[in-house]
Amino acid sequence: MTGRRRRGRRANLPTPVLALAVVAVVFFALPLIGLLWRAPWSNAWGYLTEENALTALRLSLICSLWATLLSVVFGVPLAWLLARVEFHGRGVVRALCTLSMVLPPVVGGVALFFALGRRGLVGQYLDRWFDFRLPFTTAGVVVAQTFVAMPFLVITLESALRQLDQRVEDASRTLGASRWYTFRRVTLPAIRPALVAGGVLAWARALGEFGATITFAGNFPGTTQTMPLAVYLALETNPEQAIVLALLLIAISFAVLVGLRDRWFGRNDRASTTVLA
Amino acid sequence: MTLAASFSLQLGSLDLQADLDVKPGELLALLGPNGAGKSSVLRCLGGLAPIHSGRIVIDELLVDEPATDTFVEPENRPIGFVFQNYLLFENMTVLENVAYGLRARKTPKADARRVAAEWLERVGIAEYADQRPHSLSGGQAQRAALARALATNPRLLLLDEPLAALDAGTRSSVRRDLRRHLETFEGMRILVTHDPVDAYALADRVAILDAGRIVQVGTLAEVTAHPRSRYVADLVGVNLVTGVVVDGVLTTAAGARVVIADALPGPSFAVIRPPSISLVREAVAGSSARNTWAGTIVEVDRLGDRVRVGIDGQLPLTAEITAAALDALQLRPGDGIHASVKATDIEVYSV
Repeated sequence: MTGRRRRGRRANLPTPVLALAVVAVVFFALPLIGLLWRAPWSNAWGYLTEENALTALRLSLICSLWATLLSVVFGVPLAWLLARVEFHGRGVVRALCTLSMVLPPVVGGVALFFALGRRGLVGQYLDRWFDFRLPFTTAGVVVAQTFVAMPFLVITLESALRQLDQRVEDASRTLGASRWYTFRRVTLPAIRPALVAGGVLAWARALGEFGATITFAGNFPGTTQTMPLAVYLALETNPEQAIVLALLLIAISFAVLVGLRDRWFGRNDRASTTVLA
Repeated sequence: MTLAASFSLQLGSLDLQADLDVKPGELLALLGPNGAGKSSVLRCLGGLAPIHSGRIVIDELLVDEPATDTFVEPENRPIGFVFQNYLLFENMTVLENVAYGLRARKTPKADARRVAAEWLERVGIAEYADQRPHSLSGGQAQRAALARALATNPRLLLLDEPLAALDAGTRSSVRRDLRRHLETFEGMRILVTHDPVDAYALADRVAILDAGRIVQVGTLAEVTAHPRSRYVADLVGVNLVTGVVVDGVLTTAAGARVVIADALPGPSFAVIRPPSISLVREAVAGSSARNTWAGTIVEVDRLGDRVRVGIDGQLPLTAEITAAALDALQLRPGDGIHASVKATDIEVYSV
């Protein structure tokens, strides 16, 4: 994406290919430049520290970290299941569990609503038996973010687990290690780079989540209004603040991608092709 | 301390049936061609693959018996396993690798490291204790894997092709080292190899595994003196004919008749050594050779001044003639030929 490390090879590219590539880079760079150009630099700090922005930022951080945690807790076993256990319909299960990556997030939000909403398939019982409602709550935001973010972790980990030589785990077992000890001491260290990469990708995706959140959890300052929602709202009321908040989100996502590429995808360049919404 | 294993296992198209006994302190080599199921036998003994029927008893401990629903997990078997590519843990130092088994058995860290250091000393790679396994040479990695497997004091050591990952230049010196280290281990050892040289150098007894069956067990000298499988016959370089002896004639399944001298009736093997076969273009009347078979030459293979001639026919054979004879006869693949051999040159023994 940055092309930094490939600079030395540029001379080998035919000129038309190079020209098209440059157009593509410009295409991606222009919107960013547009924002930077219109950004109210003198008041930037003021806009960022306004009450509504800080509230949204705090909520975004809390919700996205919870979503990442849930993605790890459920995503690691799911990746393990998909990578290691051969069962009928595994392809269907994999497609189902990664569907939310390609689904329009709004559709995901609507689907969550019919499943977990007050009148939803499961939600009605949560409401009736436990007096617990997810929609339009902070927990609902976490659910929406987890729904769209977990697949990023799952596919990254699944490929790492597939590449791992299972005989190394066999070796551990023959040395007297239980399955759990083997997982902690052998498997986990081997997939740690993928776990970190997948976790960071999932976190960045959760941080940027908009469609599913606004559909399922609404847009209430302090409880469900995360940064992307605040940006959207500010476009109507305070466009200059919207630009500043947007730039902040871009900066975070950009830092994540650059960091991931250099640290984790040196050899195994896979998840860097995924796009953060 | 004994191992008694008798089990079967279906592996894709391979139907594996193994019957193994290892005596205390003995090293048994499991020798056979690739795909014969050698590694699968080791995996069953080590608990990495469950058997389908039969039983495995290691040192009076029943570890696997489907009939009684008994299966002891690999971590609870008294075994050590040296894998083909050693499979050292790359996220640990060499010392941590060797200490791993003890740590997994809840030995305190300091004790585990002390024992591991002693083992590294014993196998002569103490100076690599704090390095990662990838910095070791093939021979050193093998010693580390051996130390790791022995550090937990197993009763049964399983070695899966421990020399196959090495290049030819280092293999013989590593084999010598391995032999020295294996001699200091008093438990039972099973070595899987496809190289008879390994079996010859390291093993007390050899079990020949061919296409999922153990076809022969004994010392290597016994096994090669009386081949009982195509694999061993090919290793030794002789023709092995299987058939039934009636009235001094062995008849093969394909109907070829082999006249033999004094042998007991019944199913038998006959060994025909390639140099004892003479080749003639036309069948000769009045020869002292009691056997003459017609065939077609399929292969002519020059090895110095000797030539191996492959013949296909009712009785497929390999003959060995001199280069001068080849030149005189002008033999080429596709030519018709008659192979003859004297009955007294054929060695026969019961199945």
